[in-house]
Amino acid sequence: MSAGAALAEAADKGNPAPDVNNGSGRRKWAPYVLLLPGAIWLGAFFIVPMIFLLAQSTQTGTFEQGYEQTLRFANYTDALSEYWPQFVRSFVYAGIATLLCLLIAYPLAYCIAFKSGKWKGALLVLVIAPFFTSFLIRTLAWQTLLADNSWITKTLNWLHVTDVTRFLGLTEGDRLLNTPLSVITGLTYNFLPFMVLPIYAALDRMDQRLVEAAQDLYSSPWKSFRKVTWPLSLPGVVAGTLLTFIPATGDYINAQLLGTPAYRMIGNVIDSQFFKILDYPTAAALSFTLMATILVLVGLYVRRAGTEELV
Amino acid sequence: MGDSSASVGASGADLNLINVTKSFGDFVAVDDLSLTIPSGSFFALLGPSGCGKTTTLRMVAGLEEPTAGQILIGADDVTYAKPYKRPVNTVFQSYALFPHLDIFENVAFGLRRRGNKDVKKQVDDILALTELTPLARRKPNQLSGGQQQRVALARALINRPAVLLLDEPLGALDLKLRRQMQLELKGIQNEVGLTFVHVTHDQEEAMTMADTIAVMNCGRVEQMGAPVDLYENPRTTFVANFLGQSNFFDAVLSDRAGTTATATVHGLRLAVPLSRVYSADDNVHVGVRPEKLTITSESSSDIPAGHNRITGVVSDASFIGVSTEYRVDLPWGTQVTVFAQNTGRDSRIVPGVSVVLSWDPAHTFALDATQSVAAGIDSEVLESVVGVSA
Repeated sequence: MSAGAALAEAADKGNPAPDVNNGSGRRKWAPYVLLLPGAIWLGAFFIVPMIFLLAQSTQTGTFEQGYEQTLRFANYTDALSEYWPQFVRSFVYAGIATLLCLLIAYPLAYCIAFKSGKWKGALLVLVIAPFFTSFLIRTLAWQTLLADNSWITKTLNWLHVTDVTRFLGLTEGDRLLNTPLSVITGLTYNFLPFMVLPIYAALDRMDQRLVEAAQDLYSSPWKSFRKVTWPLSLPGVVAGTLLTFIPATGDYINAQLLGTPAYRMIGNVIDSQFFKILDYPTAAALSFTLMATILVLVGLYVRRAGTEELV
Repeated sequence: MGDSSASVGASGADLNLINVTKSFGDFVAVDDLSLTIPSGSFFALLGPSGCGKTTTLRMVAGLEEPTAGQILIGADDVTYAKPYKRPVNTVFQSYALFPHLDIFENVAFGLRRRGNKDVKKQVDDILALTELTPLARRKPNQLSGGQQQRVALARALINRPAVLLLDEPLGALDLKLRRQMQLELKGIQNEVGLTFVHVTHDQEEAMTMADTIAVMNCGRVEQMGAPVDLYENPRTTFVANFLGQSNFFDAVLSDRAGTTATATVHGLRLAVPLSRVYSADDNVHVGVRPEKLTITSESSSDIPAGHNRITGVVSDASFIGVSTEYRVDLPWGTQVTVFAQNTGRDSRIVPGVSVVLSWDPAHTFALDATQSVAAGIDSEVLESVVGVSA
């Protein structure tokens, strides 16, 4: 309410300035001209393909004989009734991976922002360093790390950690590879930098004197974190969770390289529908359902996280 | 600890610093500092940047730990107490308002942390006192500097701390607003009766507001006292220059008898009251404030008997309005500054004219000649000392 009023006020104050230049039409058009390249790019490579995809999702036919538009919306219900387990699995795996990313990234970003001193730059480079290798290679490396005879697997077996994860349904037998755990591990690992960087940016921007002020006002270190640092870092947390959750939901590399067909995610299904089975309408319907679900979830999340606490 | 802070209550408590030292590596920021700040007083720590005044404040707040020494609030030793367990609140130089909370919640912050039951009423009261009521639901970044300053003050005051620390709280405001806030702050202090410790580098601000000023330099207190006492009886050249301006002449003291000594300056004999000689040695800097000097043309003869007199030539005259600032070259090369009140009785004196400077010997002071006469002169603050009257 008050924020809205302030925006209105700011807009009122901002208005007179452009009016001064009303005489020359060029100024008025400049912003739109500058927008043009981006708009063309978005139109040609996003909106047009989306319309094609949307059209395709209600077509019928086969790859060999061609598809024709029959407005068969049952494509959606058919696809969903067959592949809902993969849908649910995608959101569950992506959700767990996002949560793990947050748990790892927040302390990491906090230390880099506040405690690293002269090592700040070096640590940030280390966070980004994995990007210097391809996504595929990095994921393949986890096959080796989590292999049955790897020291990680053996150590976790010896520590009986695998008994716990087996109980939770995350692993099978004494194995780590080709289990839900390995898929989630891969997702967590691959998307971690996308969580660290926005949180770091939010924390780094924060005025440390606010923490001193909180402590001066009777807040223990934990309370000042809860009441000051955490709310002020929320924009970074929201950005990080979105940057992690959205691509992780649609990811299929991790499930393919670190899982088995039994733990396929929706990305794998769409991949095989498009490129192996060549059932384009089903693939298109799945893609649209995935997109819509993510949009709804993200919309709810941003509304909830973004109302009061965000600056 | 936290509970005892509440019991100290609104009357404030004595703040005692006993031999407090703070070093950062090799650098000694605060050097064996001892201070007693009585309950209910408005105390100013005055000094140039880097003199250790902010470090002292931060140690009282608990944001820095002393290297040595003791800090007592009332009878409680808080030297190593956590900041959130001290009955102390700070108004930060940058205000440090919480940007994600509105004004009401900013002010309520301390009360909520202590589980106070009566938050709404107390916050409303203090918002009324600081004239912030209409802004209660705004965010800090929607407020002007002066309003933010008042929020920072309200946020600290509402907790009724035993000691309220003010870290250059007016530094970010423009001159006019600063004057207004100085009076408001002083008024609020009278009203609530808490102990205020105010850190500033602005000597006028310190003199306007404080009951007692401690002038700090290089981690030590140079001199402490009431504003008038510090201004009229500086014990060191640093204090003489940092509070207002001073003219100094190198002199040799003789005839320390009775109540007056004689200082010989390049053959001229000046009278100095013995009570204002702060030097064991006979080599001294004789000082006199620019506004104590009377400037008259050489022909004039109405200089009272017994007044000190020096002749010189005016090299510069700048008209300020309420006064005129003259620079007068003395025969031996020293330049003297004179402030002449614009009373309208005397005609202005133009550069090049030979003049006589005279003053009441009671306004002369003599300081140890081992100090630099330039100590405490801030090249940036060659301000007019209008409005500072003894």
